[in-house]
Amino acid sequence: MITIAFVYELAGVMFAGFAVFSLLDRANSLRRRLGNCGFWLIVALSFLFGDRLGDLANGVAVLALALLAGVGLTGRAPAAAVPEDRLALAERFGNRLFLPAMLLPAIVAVGVLVLKPLTLGGQPLMDPKQATLISLALAVIAALTCALILFRQPLTSPWREGQRLANTIGWAAMLPQFLAALGAVFAVAGVGKEIGLLVTTYLPVDTRFAAVAVYCVGMAGFTMLMGNAFAAFPVLTGGVALPILVGHFGGNPAVIASLGMLSGYCGTLVTPLAANFNLVPPALLEIPDRYAVIKAQIPTAILMLIVNTVLMYVLAFPR
Amino acid sequence: MLILLGVAVIVVGFAIRLNPLLVVVAAVFVTGWIAHMPPLVLLATLGKAFNDNRLVSAAYLVLPLVGVLERAGIREQAGRIITRLRGVSVGRLLLSYMVFRQATTAVGLVSIAGQAQTIRPLVAPMAESVAAAEDPDLLPETRHAVRAMAAATDNVAVFFSEDIFVAIGSVLLMVGFLASNGIVLDPLRLSLWALPTAVASFGIHGARLMLFDRRLRRSRRP
Repeated sequence: MITIAFVYELAGVMFAGFAVFSLLDRANSLRRRLGNCGFWLIVALSFLFGDRLGDLANGVAVLALALLAGVGLTGRAPAAAVPEDRLALAERFGNRLFLPAMLLPAIVAVGVLVLKPLTLGGQPLMDPKQATLISLALAVIAALTCALILFRQPLTSPWREGQRLANTIGWAAMLPQFLAALGAVFAVAGVGKEIGLLVTTYLPVDTRFAAVAVYCVGMAGFTMLMGNAFAAFPVLTGGVALPILVGHFGGNPAVIASLGMLSGYCGTLVTPLAANFNLVPPALLEIPDRYAVIKAQIPTAILMLIVNTVLMYVLAFPR
Repeated sequence: MLILLGVAVIVVGFAIRLNPLLVVVAAVFVTGWIAHMPPLVLLATLGKAFNDNRLVSAAYLVLPLVGVLERAGIREQAGRIITRLRGVSVGRLLLSYMVFRQATTAVGLVSIAGQAQTIRPLVAPMAESVAAAEDPDLLPETRHAVRAMAAATDNVAVFFSEDIFVAIGSVLLMVGFLASNGIVLDPLRLSLWALPTAVASFGIHGARLMLFDRRLRRSRRP
């Protein structure tokens, strides 16, 4: 059976390659070349040996990553003008360029829809819980092989070019995993419970509309603070939705839960704590303002929160 | 109450734009200090949580592929083919992408596209080329706004459509939580009630994309 360990090992080898090619990246300054090399080396060690290092060593690795990023040793200046040869290459390869890019989603889709239910000698082919990431890993290998052959690039190219992108993202690349770890520490310390208690104790929930609004806006606000609607859902659904909206006002739990979660997503759209959606893309797209994507999402998020609140009020309570 | 100081560290740290990795570590230590956790226990808790969440960073496996395609000229080719089409605007392009993304996400294919594998090499360069074709002296700020809107469109499309699929993590989380509170529901009913929101998000974000086109036309220098 292919498990998530395969994905981690593959990623470990990738990050180790990023470390080597960060050092060799002539276009970057020397201090950043060294800093990037150290940064990706630590990430590579975590992916390859994280389960054997012990919790304390992993903690030290987290500190080291934060320090390297905090003192400004990571990253890469944005690329200058488009290299002339890129245009020539685009002309030469034409629409063949899209073939590997289309192959990737096609193989992921086959993996999720076809390979996931397959069994081999009584065992599933891949861990069904991680089928998406495992399929993605397999798809990347296939699409890369296809791309290297089609475009006649050397075998080192995936690491060299991947490094360029990884360092364009810089420290922001590891922020989602940092925040996920923070969420776990918050959970141990009981931060979520405390916020939930505040919301349920101090907010007005005496009319049906107020209760709906408190739940929807609360889901969005709590999600903004936790960075994740999944952390907010149990707290506010257990604290407001089930006892008051379902228990007291007799609302339909399916409508309430579904729209409550979707209200949480409105919060996800506007919080920097949802870094993989909101902070990594500006870095990846070389936008100087780190909050540019959040700003573009604010109007949609506010309008959608209103829509969700009204929908819940109308749909959850049969006359 | 004091336990919320960790949240305050995050809010302030992000607001004054300190390095977020440092801010996160500071919030961890403040929270642990208030919860009376010994520093080494806290560091081990952080290390374990980091290790358990490697899943989050595994998605960077697409970077080498995107890099190789970029080196072969995919961004330039994406820009070339889109500007050959007639009647394309930034808003209409992003709206078509949104339709594609919502439709595929609703049937469970969230991971076939994304910021790294689709927006960076294909959608953003296409949108930028369309904007640049309409306005040859495109300001850098406008260029950045186009990129940001491309990224935002991907997020909006995914967020409000993924719950239509019954086997997605969030639907299963809702089913599990409700079941543990004595409410047994078919996941299909939860995904059904996600439909009105998905339709509304298309209307609202779609309208914003059309307005974005108008703003781009107005910002064009005479």
